[in-house]
Amino acid sequence: MSNMGTAETAATTAAAGSPEFLVEARGIVKKFGAFTANDHVDLAIRPGEIHALLGENGAGKSTLVKMLYGSLQPTAGRIFWKGEPVTVTDPARARDLGIGMVFQHFSLFEALTVTENIALALTGVKDMNALADRIATVSKDYGLPLEPRATVADLSVGERQRIEIVRCLLQEPKLLIMDEPTAVLTPQEADQLFLTLERLASEGCAVLYISHRLEEVKRLCHASTILRHGKVVARVDPSLETAASLARLMVGADVHAIRPKHARVAGPTRLYLDQLDLPANGPFAVALEKVSLEVRAGEVLAIAGVAGNGQSELFDALSGERRADRPGAVVIEGTPCGTLGVSERRALGAAFVPEERLGHGAVPAFRLSENVVLTRDTVFADAMRRLLGFLDFARADETATRVSTAYDVRKGKPDPEARSLSGGNLQKFVVGRELDRKPGVLVVNQPTWGVDAGAAALIRQALIDLAADGAGVLVISQDLDEIFEIADRIAVISRGALSPGYDAHVMTLEKVGLLMGGAHGGSEAIDGALKLREADGRAY
Amino acid sequence: MDQSALLAVLLTIVTASTPLLLAALGELVTERAGVLNLGVEGMMVMGAVAGFAVALMTGSPYLGIVASALAGALLAVPFGVLTLNLVANQVATGLALTLLGLGLSGLIGERFVGQPGVRLQKLAIPGLSDIPFVGPILFGQDVLVYLSIALAVLVSWVVFRSRAGLILRAVGDNHASAHALGYSVIRVRWAAVLFGGAMAGLGGGYLSLAYTPQWIENMTAGRGWIALALVVFSSWLPSRLVIGAYLFGAVTILGFFVQGLGVGVPAQLLSSLPYIVTIAALVVISTRRGRARADTPACLGQPFVPDR
Amino acid sequence: MRIELEKRPERSKVMAWASPIIAVLATVVTGGLIFAAIGKPPLQALWIFFLEPFSSLWSIEELVVKATPLILIGVGLSVAYRANVWNIGAEGQFTIGALMGGMVPVFFNTWQSPLTLVLMLVLGILGGMIWALIPALLKIKAGANEILVSLMLVYVAQLLLDWLVRGPWRDPKGYNFPKTVGFEDWQVMPVFGGGRLNLGILLAIVAAIALSILMRRTMKGFEVRVLGEAPRAGRFAGFSSDRMTLFVFLLSGGLAGLAGIVEVASTVGQLQPNISPGYGFTAIIVAFLGRLDPIGVVVAALMLAVSYLGGEAAQVALGISDKAARVFQGVLLFWVLACDTLILYRLRIVRGAPAAEGV
Repeated sequence: MSNMGTAETAATTAAAGSPEFLVEARGIVKKFGAFTANDHVDLAIRPGEIHALLGENGAGKSTLVKMLYGSLQPTAGRIFWKGEPVTVTDPARARDLGIGMVFQHFSLFEALTVTENIALALTGVKDMNALADRIATVSKDYGLPLEPRATVADLSVGERQRIEIVRCLLQEPKLLIMDEPTAVLTPQEADQLFLTLERLASEGCAVLYISHRLEEVKRLCHASTILRHGKVVARVDPSLETAASLARLMVGADVHAIRPKHARVAGPTRLYLDQLDLPANGPFAVALEKVSLEVRAGEVLAIAGVAGNGQSELFDALSGERRADRPGAVVIEGTPCGTLGVSERRALGAAFVPEERLGHGAVPAFRLSENVVLTRDTVFADAMRRLLGFLDFARADETATRVSTAYDVRKGKPDPEARSLSGGNLQKFVVGRELDRKPGVLVVNQPTWGVDAGAAALIRQALIDLAADGAGVLVISQDLDEIFEIADRIAVISRGALSPGYDAHVMTLEKVGLLMGGAHGGSEAIDGALKLREADGRAY
Repeated sequence: MDQSALLAVLLTIVTASTPLLLAALGELVTERAGVLNLGVEGMMVMGAVAGFAVALMTGSPYLGIVASALAGALLAVPFGVLTLNLVANQVATGLALTLLGLGLSGLIGERFVGQPGVRLQKLAIPGLSDIPFVGPILFGQDVLVYLSIALAVLVSWVVFRSRAGLILRAVGDNHASAHALGYSVIRVRWAAVLFGGAMAGLGGGYLSLAYTPQWIENMTAGRGWIALALVVFSSWLPSRLVIGAYLFGAVTILGFFVQGLGVGVPAQLLSSLPYIVTIAALVVISTRRGRARADTPACLGQPFVPDR
Repeated sequence: MRIELEKRPERSKVMAWASPIIAVLATVVTGGLIFAAIGKPPLQALWIFFLEPFSSLWSIEELVVKATPLILIGVGLSVAYRANVWNIGAEGQFTIGALMGGMVPVFFNTWQSPLTLVLMLVLGILGGMIWALIPALLKIKAGANEILVSLMLVYVAQLLLDWLVRGPWRDPKGYNFPKTVGFEDWQVMPVFGGGRLNLGILLAIVAAIALSILMRRTMKGFEVRVLGEAPRAGRFAGFSSDRMTLFVFLLSGGLAGLAGIVEVASTVGQLQPNISPGYGFTAIIVAFLGRLDPIGVVVAALMLAVSYLGGEAAQVALGISDKAARVFQGVLLFWVLACDTLILYRLRIVRGAPAAEGV
């Protein structure tokens, strides 16, 4: 089923690498304490090849790649460059060899300019002005224009990624490593990126492309190595596979399909935002402008959008961590509560799950039972508080155990600290903690970010089930696959403005992309398209 | 006020401002690297006692200057070990440094109380220093005054125009990214902390060698804390720091001047002026800065543990 | 070869207990080295400094008297620091508390009633609270750094006291000495037995127990801990950082003020320029040594009281300056902070450069 390349049969104990490969990693092992991130991994890339490194969250992709780049050192194993063994002691050495890396989380300095940022990544920069000119030229040449004297803090996420890429391009790399590059791009920006990468490949530069976006990988890549739990499980040509077969290789078993949603007649409105305005509260924040939305009982409304377009601000406005200027801007279960705080909104039956589990949704150093107390409001009859403000620890403990069992939270001890749990397990706990309160409204931001496939499936199913039971569920997500899986209606947030919500079955990736580009212009196009389709009598 | 009195006041302002400027410059560099060192008061007072002691024992104020800088830097070493290598809480460690410095200096300085010190002489450049009024102010200062101004210029140039300064600012802005790019965050911060210590020591040495050439326990009287406030007040810009230091020096001297006038204002109220003005300055600068939080080095005070 | 820090998956409970003990032992060793360096016999000096204070009933009484203000201030600070609010100005709040409470003997010297002392104590608490309110409000309204503001106010408070006792409040029959009238019997803390052990220690113990219950068992204590560890999570839970700042400043300021009036209404017996050997700053060390836990603070306060007594004894017996106590306190804090690292991290010694055939 999977077509194995010739590379992995070569003797792994050979002292020299094969000259046909630009870079080869053999028998790479990396341990962090007791945890093995990479377990005897072999990887081989040819010049001019766009090679995908696939695997779900936590499979060990980022770790492997950091070792190629010198940010980490392997516990065991060898790396060959153009057939010769090398030790990549640090990123400077990697750059000397001709390896460039664009990280998933940018290594940028907000207070510094574009030129200064790039200068830091290069050695031997003597003339900053000459560098600025080179940046302007090269960036324009490759279709990723940059203004050298701009301060990074003022740039959008897409522009920041360009800095990372141009930084690598200036050093004329032979291997460019990209870690989840399209996670922060609109579909149109992603297309531009692919053009740039294909041009690089045609010039002889190899690209190591880390992603879990299977359609992209199929479209772009010539070869791939698939990791699961730190080991290589397959080497295939993605263009010959289907997304489903790739997914199976990544996860190892069929991920059970989410139970299909029934067409549902939505009930009364549970959550309602009416022209909500929220000024930006910091230099890097996004202002919300006249945001309106409606979530009815029994439905899941998903808000799509690329990171940095106001999602956190919207979440804070919904949860009450930031209050609106008038009560009627936010209405929960029919009660205007725009000027009320978090606890009051929870008292109305709302529950919230923020994007960051550690530090926002849970206190990392606190045990799970203590974290339960975090979102129990103090007014309800089932409150954790008794007379005089004394906490009922027994009940908190009970709840923690109940949540852990119901949502399959795997933990080492009965009541561990939150930070010792894996991402997926902690997320299951945080979501479960809210669902345990049987809320009428649930607002969740990035429900399965950084979570393994099994936990993600469980969480998504729980969200659908909650809606099926009659609650109104609002999901903010950057993962379009997830959105299309669970949403009844989809809206798009862009630069602090929210598009109207469209039924999921009339939305496609292209339309979402258009809306991401500019909410208002795009929605007219969509409305136009909808009218055409209605006229045709077709349902999509 | 006649010209000679005005001249005297201006000269005293310079002497009062210089220790603040020296100490604050050092802390500015430290904070630009992302490290908050609250131990300035402790390092300053150690510099004061070391400078005094060495100058007294050798007869040379210049050796005293060197000793004061060394003492400050040496006291910064345990701070560095704790906060940079052992990732201890920077606020608590800085406080510990201050308490240790105050205690240690009191212990060492006991035998020097009451002894007359060796004063750092003002320069006398033939011709230039004799120009009436302007001469003494601009050309008749002691070495450390000129050094403080020169250092302000140097620090400004290095931090904003040199590669070393770029790396310093990068480390203070985003230590994770700096590390990912291969820069040794710990080493850069060590250099910044030691520099800060030396400068604080130098500031203290100035107190006991030029300002009042004697040793009194706790003679820094909170100047180290004022220096910390000055760094915030200057938005981490050396040019503004010079202005701020001289403003504070002026406020301090104003107090003495008013006292000398014999007006019925209690001496203690005038002595408390620098502290009250510091509070006012902090309030003003923080309110205005609320909108542009971008001034503060983003990683200030955050511990850094490299993963290797 | 280098030392690497490896983060532990959870806080080590063993180290949480062992760390203060290791720190104390390390301080003792360092102390021995310091004594040797200044030419005094180390073992004898260590005995006088650390163990002799426990050897007689009188000295144990003195220990408790000295520990009283440390406990009162320390437990308040421990709560504040748990909330990540850095009240460094306890010394100033102590001073103003003494001043406010001292107004009664100064202005109403002849009012004799069991309520006199009560009023003095209440005013003392209020004085500390008012002085602590300033940095709290400035932080909330203007975002001004509370460390620097509260510290500046220490100097201002000291100058205020100095002016009052030399000027307007000076005892006219006091031969021009800078002090107020001495406090009368009913204006002074009642003592037990014939010594100096007074009611203050009871107040301190009550405060410690009350705050311990607050921190461990109530919603307020939970709120303090959450806001201190993860402010964003605190906001998510509906807690307000601003209100917490106000709460802990008023709490720690009030307790510091109480310590101030208790001290002048017992040990000192009047108002004078110098009423504290730095209790407000030593209490910071006490708070950390006590692991920011009210009961731990009680133990730590006793240990630091030892350093005061030991310092005095060493001065008499061996001619070591009493400043040595200060040095010890600073060294102790350093060791406490160093050992605290071991709670969150494990030390690993890595030999040679990390290589492909690695560990």
